[in-house]
Amino acid sequence: MAFLELNGVVKRFGKNAVVDGFSLDVEEGEFVSFLGGSGCGKTTTLRMIAGFETPTEGSIRINGDEIANVPPNKRGVGMVFQNYALFPNMTVRKNIEFGLKVAKWRPVEIAKRIEEMLSLIHMEELGDRYPHQMSGGQQQRASLARALAVRPKVLLLDEPLSALDAKIRAMLRTEIRVIQKQTGITTIYVTHDQEEALSLSDRIVVMQSGKIEQVGTPFEIYNRPATPFVASFIGNLNILEATVVDAGLGLLSVEGQKVFAAGPVTGGPSVKLSLRPEMLSLEPGAPEANALAGTLDSVVFLGSIVRLGIGVGTREIFLDRFNAPHLALPAVGSRVSVAFPRQACLVTASDAPLVGLGAVHAKAV
Amino acid sequence: MRARRGWAWLWLFFGFLYFFIPLLGTFIFSLHGKRGVLSFAAYHRVFSDPQFLETFGFSLQMAVLTIIVGLCLIIPTVIWIHLRAPWAKPVVETFSLLPFVIPPIVLVFGLIRMYSSPPFQLVSSRLLLVAGYVVLSFPYIYRSVDAGLRAIDLRGLTEAAQSLGASWGTIMFKVVLPNMRVSLLSAAFLTFSIVIGELTLAVMLAWPAFGPYMALVGRDLAYEPAALAILSFLLTWGLIGLIQFASRRMAGSALGGTH
Amino acid sequence: MTSIPAGQRGARIARPSSSKRPWLGIVPFALFALAFMILPAGSLLVGSFQDAEGAFTLGNIAHLFRPDILKCYLVTIEVSAVTAVAGGLFGLLLAFSVTLGGLPKGIRSGLLTFSGVASNFAGVPLAFAFIATMGRVGMVTVVLKTVFGINLYEHGFNLYSFWGLCLTYLYFQLPLMVLIITPALDGMKKEWREASESLGASKTQYWLHIGLPILAPPLLSCMILLFGNAFGAYATAYALTGGMLQLVPILIGAQIQGDVLHDPNLGYALAFGMVVVMTTCILAYTALQKRASRWLR
Repeated sequence: MAFLELNGVVKRFGKNAVVDGFSLDVEEGEFVSFLGGSGCGKTTTLRMIAGFETPTEGSIRINGDEIANVPPNKRGVGMVFQNYALFPNMTVRKNIEFGLKVAKWRPVEIAKRIEEMLSLIHMEELGDRYPHQMSGGQQQRASLARALAVRPKVLLLDEPLSALDAKIRAMLRTEIRVIQKQTGITTIYVTHDQEEALSLSDRIVVMQSGKIEQVGTPFEIYNRPATPFVASFIGNLNILEATVVDAGLGLLSVEGQKVFAAGPVTGGPSVKLSLRPEMLSLEPGAPEANALAGTLDSVVFLGSIVRLGIGVGTREIFLDRFNAPHLALPAVGSRVSVAFPRQACLVTASDAPLVGLGAVHAKAV
Repeated sequence: MRARRGWAWLWLFFGFLYFFIPLLGTFIFSLHGKRGVLSFAAYHRVFSDPQFLETFGFSLQMAVLTIIVGLCLIIPTVIWIHLRAPWAKPVVETFSLLPFVIPPIVLVFGLIRMYSSPPFQLVSSRLLLVAGYVVLSFPYIYRSVDAGLRAIDLRGLTEAAQSLGASWGTIMFKVVLPNMRVSLLSAAFLTFSIVIGELTLAVMLAWPAFGPYMALVGRDLAYEPAALAILSFLLTWGLIGLIQFASRRMAGSALGGTH
Repeated sequence: MTSIPAGQRGARIARPSSSKRPWLGIVPFALFALAFMILPAGSLLVGSFQDAEGAFTLGNIAHLFRPDILKCYLVTIEVSAVTAVAGGLFGLLLAFSVTLGGLPKGIRSGLLTFSGVASNFAGVPLAFAFIATMGRVGMVTVVLKTVFGINLYEHGFNLYSFWGLCLTYLYFQLPLMVLIITPALDGMKKEWREASESLGASKTQYWLHIGLPILAPPLLSCMILLFGNAFGAYATAYALTGGMLQLVPILIGAQIQGDVLHDPNLGYALAFGMVVVMTTCILAYTALQKRASRWLR
């Protein structure tokens, strides 16, 4: 029996199923992210675990106890909101103290716990500040401390970093994971930012239109996407049209050139071939690797990554490589050969909805 | 949430009763002009009273004058503040609170005291009445104009027009004012509704305005006052309802009135 | 089109803001405010310290403490306080029902539009409306008598009295409250309630420790505004009670029009006293609003 179980959870507003058959088992101490675009149902599912929405169908169990009919203030579930939601009329200390007083802890225990929490979030000197006197990052840390103080069974975070700027986000993200590991609390983290999901989670649940597309570790989700949606939602993709020459051998023809997939292919005669930009290389690969001939059209410097635009026939593909100060690249306009292993080929049916580089950046929307 | 919604409907219902019953009662009362039958006789009598037209016409004149003077005074001032003297904004805003601190009854007292004797013997001049009305409607005109200017990003528009070579006249009449139509209308209608029914200044300065006329009617007649009340409410409702509807897209809503 | 440098085309072009004499544009308004707001108020202030010959005296101020004048102030304060609290509480409930109460959006905008109209519907027409409804032969009075057998006036109700005036004043106090408290209610984030629930608090605990403390400053400040609003009201009281009810504005009006006890200097003192009351209100209101905006933004 898993610590947190969701079974066939459905939420309908009128005829519209915002969450459609969500089932998930979360082990104690696990950090699971719900990842998807807006409207995919991730926040609604989270709010059903918290108790702010009631499921139309299905069950939610914490430690074996069915909680779908338990009011939110009796579930023992801690929540951190996108806009921090600190009580403005109270200092940080009083905010943290609130849940403890409600739970009727003894004053001595309360005082001790508050100090514990303040040092956990490294805000020992800011205990007597009011929310409007603090930055966004500080408020969110205080909000985290407040949620953890009462030792909830499950911690829920609803896009906690969306309202902060990039630098703070990266810093706070790591802090949250460190604190989670320290306290060992089962955590559900909702986000639309794949970098957050990939870097923080033990497992990721990718969602679209109220349904689960895939559940897996970050490595699995990225390298072995189960559906076309997951493939295009996570990371970047080059998408090329290909015709199947020999389905059993996995031989495809792309822009008039030969490409071998890792195994037999289905869904012919026209398919889509997707390639991750970082799997491509200008160096020659192994003998059985694929190679596409093209022209180097553009070099874009993105910081740590250099993105090369290479024209192959009528299409443009992008190749990502690490930046180095002494980078020696061919001149723009020269002929190049793009190598990639057979395992890098992701073949999908021609009508599968994919978004790739070239038209729109294939990052999370 | 269900229980809360139940209470919400309940309070709304009580509120509705309190606001609606007087209106309904007044309307029915006003239909009693002719004995034994419900009719608009009281309304006929009101409209055929020459005094009604005279005093309404007078107040109408005063309202138009007030609108003109008020807008001509306040629009340039607010534009100036936005563009060249932002430090003056808190000062002018404080002035918009003055008509609350100096209610009409006190204002008229002060005006009479100051302007009853030479060299500024204005007390029997319409100028003084209009000036008083401008003071009363100042907060509303100011708030409308200010909200309208903020909504159109005055600085951005004028700088764009300047970089295209426009003169101040062109900027004012072809760029700024046309974009403020809603807030100007709002200011005008609010001022209108304040001046039309205004009593305190008109009575104390002894002018044959609509407000004193209504008070007089109330003293002598029974059903005509009710008819006047309904007409007045319809007029106010019509005007303000219109601008509330139009200006709901803009910030700043009307507050209070003169009593 | 050939580009012509801005400085060369001629004097007509609007130049970017120069800092020469930035106060110039304020002058017309300043003169107006001076002539028709500040100086008249000032002259009242001066007059309240003068006697009939123009010499300095504190006698007028002393007169303010005469028993009959004091009673007048007391009644005015009572009316203002009653309508401020009643209007405040009922206005809060109404505003609450359309913001946090979960009613459809259309109802909210309907109520706000109506409040915008009703808060302006004061003075003579309002008095007439209440006379036509709750007066001795008003519609409601008659209906209660003929249909329900209840004789209002025999039971002690009188529109032309303190309570009748309060009832009438509520008609513009309530909408004013709805208009000014709605933004504050909108600022109450629903996440505060949810956060408190996730921490184990009940509805009562939320309101006691979080909701009411946050709402208290704007609530109080709005009630103070309502107080001032009622305190300075003249037209409604005049049209309803014809000067029978002794309120400070009515008394001032009587001094202006020259009644039996015609004493303009007393009038000035009364007016001055009123300005003091109103200024206190507005200062308290501003101070409390500052506190409120810090939390509800």
